[in-house]
Amino acid sequence: MSQLHLELSSVGIDFPTPKGPFSALHDVNLKIMQGEFVSLIGHSGCGKSTVLNIVAGLYQATLGGVILNGREVNEPGPERAVVFQNHSLLPWLTAYQNVELGVKPVFKGKKTKAEMREWIEHNLELVHMTHALHKRPDELSGGMKQRVGIARALAMQPEVLLMDEPFGALDALTRAHLQDSLMEIQNTLGNTVIMITHDVDEAVLLSDRIVMMTNGPAATVGEILDVKLARPRNRLALADDTEYNGYRGAVLRFLYEKQKKVEPITVKRTEKPAEQFAVENTSITESKQVA
Amino acid sequence: MSVLSSKFPALTMGKISPEKIRDLMLGVIMPMVGLVFFLIFWQVGAQNIKTSLGTFPGPKEVLAQWSNLVDEHKTERKREADFYTHQTTRNAEALAQDPAAEIKVRKFSRHPTFFDKIKTSLITVLCGFFLASIIAIPMGIFIGLNQSLYRAFNPIIQIFKPISPLAWLPLVTLAVSSAYQSESPLFAKSFIISVITVMLCSLWPTMINTAVGVAGVSKDLINVSRVLRLSWFTHVRKIVLPSSIPMMFTGLRLSLGIAWMVLIAAEMLAQNPGLGKFVWDEFQNGSSDSLGRICVAVLTIGIIGFMLDRTLLAVQSWANWDKSAIVR
Ligand SMILES: Nc1ncnc2c1ncn2[C@@H]1O[C@H](COP(=O)(O)OP(=O)(O)OP(=O)(O)O)[C@@H](O)[C@H]1O
Ligand SMILES: [Mg+2]
Repeated sequence: MSQLHLELSSVGIDFPTPKGPFSALHDVNLKIMQGEFVSLIGHSGCGKSTVLNIVAGLYQATLGGVILNGREVNEPGPERAVVFQNHSLLPWLTAYQNVELGVKPVFKGKKTKAEMREWIEHNLELVHMTHALHKRPDELSGGMKQRVGIARALAMQPEVLLMDEPFGALDALTRAHLQDSLMEIQNTLGNTVIMITHDVDEAVLLSDRIVMMTNGPAATVGEILDVKLARPRNRLALADDTEYNGYRGAVLRFLYEKQKKVEPITVKRTEKPAEQFAVENTSITESKQVA
Repeated sequence: MSVLSSKFPALTMGKISPEKIRDLMLGVIMPMVGLVFFLIFWQVGAQNIKTSLGTFPGPKEVLAQWSNLVDEHKTERKREADFYTHQTTRNAEALAQDPAAEIKVRKFSRHPTFFDKIKTSLITVLCGFFLASIIAIPMGIFIGLNQSLYRAFNPIIQIFKPISPLAWLPLVTLAVSSAYQSESPLFAKSFIISVITVMLCSLWPTMINTAVGVAGVSKDLINVSRVLRLSWFTHVRKIVLPSSIPMMFTGLRLSLGIAWMVLIAAEMLAQNPGLGKFVWDEFQNGSSDSLGRICVAVLTIGIIGFMLDRTLLAVQSWANWDKSAIVR
């Protein structure tokens, strides 16, 4: 990979809560190269969305910061576009108008009206949505909404594409289809991408690197896995590939052995014998250990 | 079913499904039943109420008064038409005799009929409501957008909201009397007083509901707005307004209802020549017809209030982006 694009430098964040500050992230360090595709994976509630929101500029890091092209960023900017977890289209605007809303502030004064229209249509074409340009979100299926969300982000011509579980709510077939589109688009446009996912296969298939996060609170980067599979990648060919399955195994081991999700234990001392309490307690400390 | 189908052959031909019949029952027949019961109740009840002006009017007497009012309106209009034809012929004659004759064109001094009064009331309430809305909606938006502003304004709104129009009236009357003095006023003082009172009472529901709607815009959409870096104005226009329209209209409808109620009281005291004054004058008049005429006015007030609400509802479904939303 060529050149450092985005850097998270000992990022930490505390959320104020009624019970005092809650430390969601602690000392997150990550260097991302130009054009790299990075996946964030980790158990629910560990702080993946929080990391993404800090990079997007929606949240302010309490400690450390995000450096983009050598400059610290503290607020949303045109060079970073976000695809939200729940598509977040405006329900009163059509697919076209939703994309237009993102395009206008970016290209104001740079593109003529006709160019702007062409550009919006082009981006909707990238995600194969030209047949439903003038439909409103409630007339679109879940996968179509997500595609419009991606088109809206792409149309801003961002350097960095931030995606929060973009395919999380979709069925397997639609998801596979959109993953292929995404790989294709990223291959042609060369954006830097950070994608959050829960899906191990998705992470291995799409990523150059997989960043595995430890459980919160005070979550941080646990392991980073380099995925050195050649591109373009084909899901069918990879299904039986030993290298692919090796990566898959590594991620699974991290998630289900090293970061085994332990539910918080509320032990009532009167009811439970002391030894059991001790055993459960050690299992917590073990699970907290970072590999 | 068999009785129905023998009576209505269309039913057996399968043109009208059982669901249609049920809808018809619920939509038309049940309201009719309610109305008939009400009329019977009214008729019986009225006979048992003896007032100083005779027995309380039943539906029949009220209907008779209604046609009286319609007749009065017609005669008054005819008088006006006659007056003008008379005037033009007289002037034409005068000119024919002496081309240099001085011709006088006078205006008919119209005695407002019941229907003129309805019109005055409608104009007054709509002016007051319109003024209230153009103040309350922007205020509501500003207050809703800013948590501190909301905190600052909320106590004031809560204190002003429950104030009765009757409490405002003396203040408004005095203020208008001292501030609004001109030789040939564009509007009558009573009109201004009524409009301002209506406005003062109907500001608050719109303001509060708009603010609540604006403050309740989903966090996700606000994040979208921030990531797309929409300007403040676009943010308000494309995100805040559409998502707060339902709340805003809830407020507007409450406000219009209040405005209409307040108007009648305000007109009684401020002597604005509308329905309120009509009721008051009939009350003071105290003839044997008065009670029936007041009943006509009362029903008219109710029906107009209902129609105002329906109109606003129609505007809401026109303004709302979600045409499938059920508004009631
Ligand atoms: N605004 C906030 N205020 C307080 N706590 C917060 C806030 N946002 C997130 N948190 C906490 O921070 C932690 C991480 O949340 P985050 O949404 O980043 O998780 P996540 O990894 O994205 O989970 P998921 O995979 O379920 O989306 C959680 O424990 C959550 O309760
Ligand atoms: Mg999340």
